[in-house]
Amino acid sequence: MQRRDLALAAAGLLIAWEIVALIVHVDVLPDPIAVGVAFVHALPNGLAWHFLVSAWRVVASVVLAVATGVPAGLALGQSPRLNRLFSPIIYILYPIPKIVFLPIILLFLGIAERSKIFIIFLVLFFQILVVVRDEASALRPELIYSVRSLGAGRRALFRFVYLPATVPAALTALRISVGTAIAVLFFAESFATTSGLGYYIIVESWGRLAYPEMYAGVAAMSLLGLMLYFVVDRLQRWLAPWMFIRG
Amino acid sequence: MIQIEGMTFTYPDRPPLFERFSWQVAASEAWAIIGPSGCGKSTLLYLIAGLRQPQAGRVLVLGYPVARPLASTGLILQDYGLLPWATVWENVALVMRMGHFYRHKRAAGSGPRPYPRAGITPDQVDHWLERLGIAGLRDAYPAQISGGQRQRTAIARSLLQNPNLLLMDEPFSSLDALTREDLQQLTAELRRETSVTTLLVTHSIDEAVYLGQRILILGQPPACQARVIENPEAGSPGYRGRPAFLDRCSELRSALDVLAEEGRRHAAA
Repeated sequence: MQRRDLALAAAGLLIAWEIVALIVHVDVLPDPIAVGVAFVHALPNGLAWHFLVSAWRVVASVVLAVATGVPAGLALGQSPRLNRLFSPIIYILYPIPKIVFLPIILLFLGIAERSKIFIIFLVLFFQILVVVRDEASALRPELIYSVRSLGAGRRALFRFVYLPATVPAALTALRISVGTAIAVLFFAESFATTSGLGYYIIVESWGRLAYPEMYAGVAAMSLLGLMLYFVVDRLQRWLAPWMFIRG
Repeated sequence: MIQIEGMTFTYPDRPPLFERFSWQVAASEAWAIIGPSGCGKSTLLYLIAGLRQPQAGRVLVLGYPVARPLASTGLILQDYGLLPWATVWENVALVMRMGHFYRHKRAAGSGPRPYPRAGITPDQVDHWLERLGIAGLRDAYPAQISGGQRQRTAIARSLLQNPNLLLMDEPFSSLDALTREDLQQLTAELRRETSVTTLLVTHSIDEAVYLGQRILILGQPPACQARVIENPEAGSPGYRGRPAFLDRCSELRSALDVLAEEGRRHAAA
């Protein structure tokens, strides 16, 4: 993606917003300039803090999910026996929308940080686990044979075949599920807490009918998602350049 | 170099492929192994490579059973077995990196150390890329190069180890005719240069006669005894154009026909 194209697309969206705001002309739809002013004004007055809290929650969940989901997926993908044992369980758990467990998680883990981190972790963990498992088990037996025949034992196979084969897949899973993670975060932060962008949007601005501030919060949450997506995309291009070549 | 003594091998729920099969290969010999599909010729290579274990009897390489693949045995497969995420250079250098990875590891038990040797240098990687004529492709990924170039990469990777045994499982059968002849000639040259023992599995009579100084014929399974055709001129330059080449081809063809006929009679009985 060209940087210039991205800038043009962003400008186009802002202009469309401006036009709609001008036509509709109601105070529930402030124009981008008013929201920009509110955004800059709100940043030092709490918005930046809420942004950092939300960012920390997502990043902590991502780190936890990658640190557990990749090894678990690799273990299942390498061992047909383990996979046979666990795949029915995963088959049942994978499609359940994890967000419905939120009340239960709140009961068990309380309303503190860890319940929010845990619910996002749950969402990401299954995505990463399934993708890494499928990627590892789909490696061609010929590839494994030929690397084994070069003298690779289990550890070298893991280091030189399974790991490089599955880390890019884990990043793809992350890139796809980062949006869901933030949606879940938004919901989890919209009650029983006093920090985070969800709280800022729902309680601090929507609740007080402070529309420009509410939009500033929405913009901040969108930026958070965009930034995470961008970081994962960059990471993937850096770690797996071969995925982006045209054969 | 290789001794197979009274070996029996069966895949689960299938008829046996080998029954008390014995066969010997001496160092520096160039063998071709030919036979119909399903005769067990690829399995024979996998058994020698240590990727399969016989149910009875022994498979010895340099006097030791092969409990696991040895780095000193190279294996070239029809579909190359290259890492799709690594460039040509990185694919060949994999052996160097694995040698470094295992540098402190000793052999467990008796027999040769199975790990790639430490101390391979980037210069040696470059040397083999040069020799195989793929130095210009060092930064390309496998998806960006032709089948012949991929197979050259796989051969360079195997030869970087200085193998004493090279096993090739239908290495050229998915290549077009010209590339195939090119690589057959290269294989004959490399054999003369390195005197590595080679076992080439093929279903092509022409290829077997061109590259196999001794040709092992496998018929319908189970294989019990080794049938061998001697073909000492194989691998010499220009062999394909000589009358002896055509004579050997027809000798091999009639031997295969006889075996097929025996197989049919056996199946009918």
